[in-house]
Amino acid sequence: MPAISPADTAWMLVATAMVLLMTPALGFFYGGMVRAKNALNTMMMSYVALGFVGVAWAIIGYSLAFSEGGGLVGNLHFAFLNNVGLEAKGSIPHILFASYQGTFAVITAALISGAIVERMRFGPYLTFIALWSIGVYAPIAHWVWGGGWLGKLGALDFAGGTVVHINAAAAALVGAIVLGPRKDYTRQAIIPQNVPFTLLGTGILWFGWFGFNGGSALAASTSAALAFANTMFAPMATLVVWSLLDLMRTRKTTAVGAATAIVVGLVAITPAAGFVSPISAIALGGIAAPASYFAIIWRARTRLDDSLDVVAAHGVGGTVGALLTGILAEKAWNGASDGALFGNPRQLGIQVAAVLATIVYSAVATFVIIKVIGFGFNLRASAKEEGIGLDVTQHGEEAYSRGEGAILVRADRS
Amino acid sequence: MKMVMAVIRPEKLNDVLEALYRAEVTGLTISRVRGHGGETEQVETYRGTTVKVELHDKVRIEIGVSDPFVEPTVRAILSAGRTGDVGDGKIFVLPVEKVYRIRTGEEDRSAVTPVSAEESGV
Repeated sequence: MPAISPADTAWMLVATAMVLLMTPALGFFYGGMVRAKNALNTMMMSYVALGFVGVAWAIIGYSLAFSEGGGLVGNLHFAFLNNVGLEAKGSIPHILFASYQGTFAVITAALISGAIVERMRFGPYLTFIALWSIGVYAPIAHWVWGGGWLGKLGALDFAGGTVVHINAAAAALVGAIVLGPRKDYTRQAIIPQNVPFTLLGTGILWFGWFGFNGGSALAASTSAALAFANTMFAPMATLVVWSLLDLMRTRKTTAVGAATAIVVGLVAITPAAGFVSPISAIALGGIAAPASYFAIIWRARTRLDDSLDVVAAHGVGGTVGALLTGILAEKAWNGASDGALFGNPRQLGIQVAAVLATIVYSAVATFVIIKVIGFGFNLRASAKEEGIGLDVTQHGEEAYSRGEGAILVRADRS
Repeated sequence: MKMVMAVIRPEKLNDVLEALYRAEVTGLTISRVRGHGGETEQVETYRGTTVKVELHDKVRIEIGVSDPFVEPTVRAILSAGRTGDVGDGKIFVLPVEKVYRIRTGEEDRSAVTPVSAEESGV
């Protein structure tokens, strides 16, 4: 049995906490971009994933993703975290590995919420993310990282370009289509209630992403250092290119644009983080910018109310990253695989297969889950509830309550 | 001359503004206010403290209009601001003694006629 490395364990403990922090950060990123009457609802869509997806992960998600099973899905060997103890998994305790992977399941489910904010009822949403993490996230994580068919095929996905971002984006697209647009969409201006929140969330996301990508080396290793450096440089390049595009198009560099650029850069480098050289990471980050930038502009002209552009940021950014991984991967840096640019064109084909398989499975399975829930429950808030806002109608709270005219009904004393 | 003052639902503001622009009523002032007009209270709970919010967010619109514009203004607000539930708001039409446009010192009817309408000879 391999020994547990204290150095690796120390880094992975920190990395796990960093990735967990990304989900509240996503709440701020998303929450700043909606209207004030839906601020709490939008932030809650991220926060509740910490509970509902986290517990589903412990009960069955981890087992389906990371126990042996077959090529498509794991078995129930680790259900209820049975047989997950302090023994070594790689060079870290198994329970730490399971926790670390759990933080990925949580944020992936939360990412989807950006496409369905300001209109989905909360009960069906809770049901959706819990079932989705079991029925969609866990199998795809198994394909790539759990010993499944894409991993065996040689698909490169360092930290989740396909498993996390393309997967969440495909689900988001289906969610936005099934739910339909907000009643005010394309009828009136819907503008962000708190751009500083979005910037704050972006900063914390970037910080957490060092744990997301750096931790995906699963060790305090040279591979972690490479992923860490690339996680720094790629979004920097995206930010520069995005800002220049903004300047050229509108003569102004926008703050929401800067926040979006950083996230797109982080998404794009995720599959490539430990596989490409830092200068390739800068190129990759730069190329991701125009792809997502123009996807957002195009999307806003359609009837597709992917409200916070999950598809343009995570789907397009993730796809650019996954494909460029197949081009820019360098054995000299990662010790395992070369990409097309370094004499291995077959890798690009494998990456295309991984992207397509993820999109198809995620879209179909998400459609089934959301339709089944829609069979039993009303997925959408009524037009009246949408008008009043989901904070009051779904949660009985307001984000910016002034307390004027509030009369005390009952103070619970215990 | 009249002052049309309406208190409406904030989520209906956009529809009302659109209707007013269609009625060629373009000079107006809005403010965010809180009020109570008999609608059911909204119950909120914060850590075991339950409160009834008696005052609801509303938007107040004030429009100074010449007499021929009173009717179209009121009709626009009535049709666009209505949901049919208690809490849709009120419209008050008040007499106005005198109106001045600060920029030019114009009075009364010419002071409430939009500049664009003047220039286009309406």
